[in-house]
Amino acid sequence: MEIRKLSFGYDPKRPVLRDIDLAIERGAVVGIMGQSGCGKTTLLRVIMGALRATAGEARVLGHATKDLDSEALYAMRRKMGMLFQFGALFTDMSVYENVAFPLLEHAALPDELLNDLVMMKLHAVGLRGAAHLTPTELSGGMARRVALARSIALDPQLILYDEPFTGLDPISFGVIVRLIRELNDSLGATSIIVTHDVQEALGVVDYVYFMAEGRVIAQGTPDEIRASAEPFVRQFVNGTSEGPVPFDYPAPAYDADLELTASVPEPVASH
Amino acid sequence: MRIADLSARLERLGSAVTAHVWRLGFASRFLFYLVMHSGTALRRFRLTIAEIYFAGVLSLIIILVSGLFVGMVLALQGYETLQRFGASESLGVLVALSLVRELGPVVAGLLFASRAGSAITAEIGLMKATEQLSAMEMMAVDPIARVVAPRFWGGVLSMPLLAALFSAMGIFGGYIVGVQLIGVDAGAFWSQMQAAVDLRNDILNGVIKSVVFGIAVTWIAVFEGYDAPPTAEGVSRATTRTVVTSSLAILALDFILTALMFTGGTHQ
Repeated sequence: MEIRKLSFGYDPKRPVLRDIDLAIERGAVVGIMGQSGCGKTTLLRVIMGALRATAGEARVLGHATKDLDSEALYAMRRKMGMLFQFGALFTDMSVYENVAFPLLEHAALPDELLNDLVMMKLHAVGLRGAAHLTPTELSGGMARRVALARSIALDPQLILYDEPFTGLDPISFGVIVRLIRELNDSLGATSIIVTHDVQEALGVVDYVYFMAEGRVIAQGTPDEIRASAEPFVRQFVNGTSEGPVPFDYPAPAYDADLELTASVPEPVASH
Repeated sequence: MRIADLSARLERLGSAVTAHVWRLGFASRFLFYLVMHSGTALRRFRLTIAEIYFAGVLSLIIILVSGLFVGMVLALQGYETLQRFGASESLGVLVALSLVRELGPVVAGLLFASRAGSAITAEIGLMKATEQLSAMEMMAVDPIARVVAPRFWGGVLSMPLLAALFSAMGIFGGYIVGVQLIGVDAGAFWSQMQAAVDLRNDILNGVIKSVVFGIAVTWIAVFEGYDAPPTAEGVSRATTRTVVTSSLAILALDFILTALMFTGGTHQ
């Protein structure tokens, strides 16, 4: 996957993404990290072909997404899997039917083969025994794993993860991290993880792109990122409130907001 | 100052009108796209049958009970008026014509909008809010073809059947009150009804109305759901709008259709 000089904006005067360059090799697990609102999810949507770049080019699985009509886009998406932030399972279907859904929609399979495939996918995420449950009966971590099984149902070449760690307990979190790596390697796929859980994600990815205000500001292997001298990256990796990203949202002077007319008294010096 | 105030008001009015016209155009394009992508819903008819169950079968209780009561009230009110003119034998005609031509399609349509229309909007809106529709699109499945079209056709096919059942139940209610309780002659009740109700001018016109109402209500319901902002508030507003808009649409369309079908009694 390759992205060159890509820009995107809903309003041409205020671009959300500016001159993004990415190159992702086959078989790699790549993290795209940054603060909320820095354009990560928008970038993911451009990669998916849901949004079209206003300038530059995104080549995904050998196709320039900009030139694809909706049929070609759908054909490309059959080779991609996507895990949504909260799973996005179909609530009117059982776990089994959720995983079977992409197979039923795209392939006319005999029932036994369909059953075997669904069970294999559920086994890969350790939830073969939960096939008969409905999504409302699952915990957050289990739902995420079922969604993962569904997104790999068609053996994708590219798997996209949108904030896969949000709201997970440490055990579910460890399971998801392990699954992302294992599934990527066993399918021979390429994975892109969009997240702001930096510390956690650094443990699973091969390469990281750091984004701020619509640009890639740093990139490298997890070790290089941990050792980075870039102030923004340091602030982000260490999670401090002091740094180039201010803790306070821009506001008028504090005393003016509290309507303090008298001047604040000087603290009394202790003797 | 006053002129500025007036022009600001005019601007607001103008922008509200433009927004409504724009939305109507958007909804029409949506309907066109939906009809053009109905192949899946018709080829895999099981998907549509499931929606007929949700929109139609699950609305049966409210439709049947309401039909029964409306018919019973019609018989009571109708008898009071008819007996003043010594025409109480015509009670069957009055009940049947009121139901088949007017009350069946209209009241069944209003009930269908509040029972099934609101459910369709809420379901599609929540599927959108929980990213289920996006997930489907990412699996290269068109949500309009797979989710919206079966619900649309399920509603469109259910509505005329529900209106027919409403009318049948109403006539039965009229019979219970008119013949069994008040004591109108059963033979006169049925034979006058049989002679006066015309297949084309009464029944067919009623069926046309119910088909048109079915299309209008289901179109509004699926569009509002698909267009709802993906938040709790957005879905709740969309559900309310479905009920309000489709009720008004039914009443307005009823007037237009009745005017078009109006013959001035020349067919009798």
